[in-house]
Amino acid sequence: MAAATPDAVGMEYLESVPRKLVTVYLPLGIFVFVLLFPFYWMAITSFKPNEELLSREGNPFWVIKPTLAHFHKLLFETAYPEWLWNTVIVSVVATFASLVAAVLAAYAIERLRFSGSKQVGLSIFLAYLVPPSILFIPLAAIVFKLGLFDTRWALILTYPTFLIPFSTWLLMGYFRSIPYELEECALIDGATRWQILVKIVLPLAVPGLISAGIFAFTLSWNEFIYALTFVSSSEVKTVPVGVVTELVEGDVYHWGSLMAGALLGSLPVAFVYSFFVEYYVSGLTGSVKE
Amino acid sequence: MLQKLQDNRNALGLLFMLPAAVLLVLFLTYPLGLGTWLGFTDAKIGRTGEWIGLDNYQFLWNDSVTRLALFNTIFYTVVASILKFVLGLYLAILLNRNIRVKTFFRAVILLPYIVPTALSAIAFWWIYDAQFSIISWVLTKMGLIHNYIDFLGVPWNARLSTIAANVWRGVPFVAITLLAGLQTISPSYYEASAIDGATPWQQFRHVTLPLLTPIIAVVMTFSVLFTFTDFQLIYVITRGGPLNATHLMATLSFQRAIPGGALGEGAAISIAMVPFLLAAILFSYFGLQRRKWQQGGAD
Repeated sequence: MAAATPDAVGMEYLESVPRKLVTVYLPLGIFVFVLLFPFYWMAITSFKPNEELLSREGNPFWVIKPTLAHFHKLLFETAYPEWLWNTVIVSVVATFASLVAAVLAAYAIERLRFSGSKQVGLSIFLAYLVPPSILFIPLAAIVFKLGLFDTRWALILTYPTFLIPFSTWLLMGYFRSIPYELEECALIDGATRWQILVKIVLPLAVPGLISAGIFAFTLSWNEFIYALTFVSSSEVKTVPVGVVTELVEGDVYHWGSLMAGALLGSLPVAFVYSFFVEYYVSGLTGSVKE
Repeated sequence: MLQKLQDNRNALGLLFMLPAAVLLVLFLTYPLGLGTWLGFTDAKIGRTGEWIGLDNYQFLWNDSVTRLALFNTIFYTVVASILKFVLGLYLAILLNRNIRVKTFFRAVILLPYIVPTALSAIAFWWIYDAQFSIISWVLTKMGLIHNYIDFLGVPWNARLSTIAANVWRGVPFVAITLLAGLQTISPSYYEASAIDGATPWQQFRHVTLPLLTPIIAVVMTFSVLFTFTDFQLIYVITRGGPLNATHLMATLSFQRAIPGGALGEGAAISIAMVPFLLAAILFSYFGLQRRKWQQGGAD
């Protein structure tokens, strides 16, 4: 994967600059424009006063009199702050719990090599392929039976169903790359398996832990169908569900506050992501490698 | 001694597997079984169902809305996956060129994939608004159309609009993962083929594509899997409308089971997706196998 050295330039010098502008930068520019436009539109809409939103005159791409009214409405007249708080709690707890379970499982499968570990590894991969939209109906029944319906626990306990398989799969790849000799040395020196895991394997697998953590965090922040199904009161909703179910009132859509809600809900993940782009990308590409 | 270590190992392995295993069995394996069972019952919300055999499936088979949803799901998956593949591969190849600020481009391009889909779907809903759509505004100013387009009010417009939103969200994933694959291809293949007089198209067809096939197979399996079971985009943008024209299997099963209360019927719809998913996985798995041999890899 790290083969992209300066050699990769290869024969690029044969290509003239104007030609490259047309064949590379122009299409790339179009891609970037299309991929980013909805965010620009989201942001600009959230600062527009209603008169500007509902007029076809003037230039809609710019805002003449920016206003914070939509954000004000969102933060002080709706339960938005609570949804934000719920999303943070659920995402952080679910991510953390899943990581702990995934580290132990990946270490057991990859290094303890107990009998049947191959089959367990394969079933973890298969579990990763089970989509939430197949599971949510029976899960709703289970959540209800356990008395967890309409609580944060319903989400904290169900999110690991997609976080654990993914993180375990990713961490198995990282653990595989740590030389076995290090563990053998430690075993000879009388270290227990637990000490080896905590003192040798984990420090070496920190990039993998960050990748899995970031990825799991964004997955739980973005989760929609479980949160929509297992929770019904406003106080326990997450941001995506709250915005979709409660900010849409009647026939008149308050586009300004809807877009403000979408923007505020997207910023935290974008922020976290911006610090860990490399880890996120390696998590993403690692997740599809067999 | 060795035997003791082996035993120890199994016991320890079991212990380490415990947290993951408990959560996954309780909230993944068991619901999968429960869902299959529910599909054979007439369970409603708040009432345990009775076994009714294949009645749900028989009813759904003759139900015109379910048939429409099946058609929509297949159409949505096929069209969106092809577009995601073509555009994603193109974008990956562009990014693999020697361009300035490559890491910046790569970071920015992934944004549609990392922000909550439900929230970006709301932005699309606004972009597709019948009265204030920015696309219609631009096209009108350019003199291309005279009336605003009703993106979500007409069945085929709505289908294509939701597909566009899905492609928008999926292209970054395909592009970035394929880019990782492209970066492993040694530039010397391109140099050698250029010396032999290969055109850029021939290089793409006979160097890039064969070497990229294994990762394409995996990436597209994931893409098909998540497109086929898509829920958020449709639920937020159209709720399955107009006239059920954009209902997918997942949104229909939600509508029947949760607001509609018919758990059994909803479960039957979601279980009916499984054969299609298995077919997609097997298809790409065997596609991958054949290519391994073609590249002179092990068997």
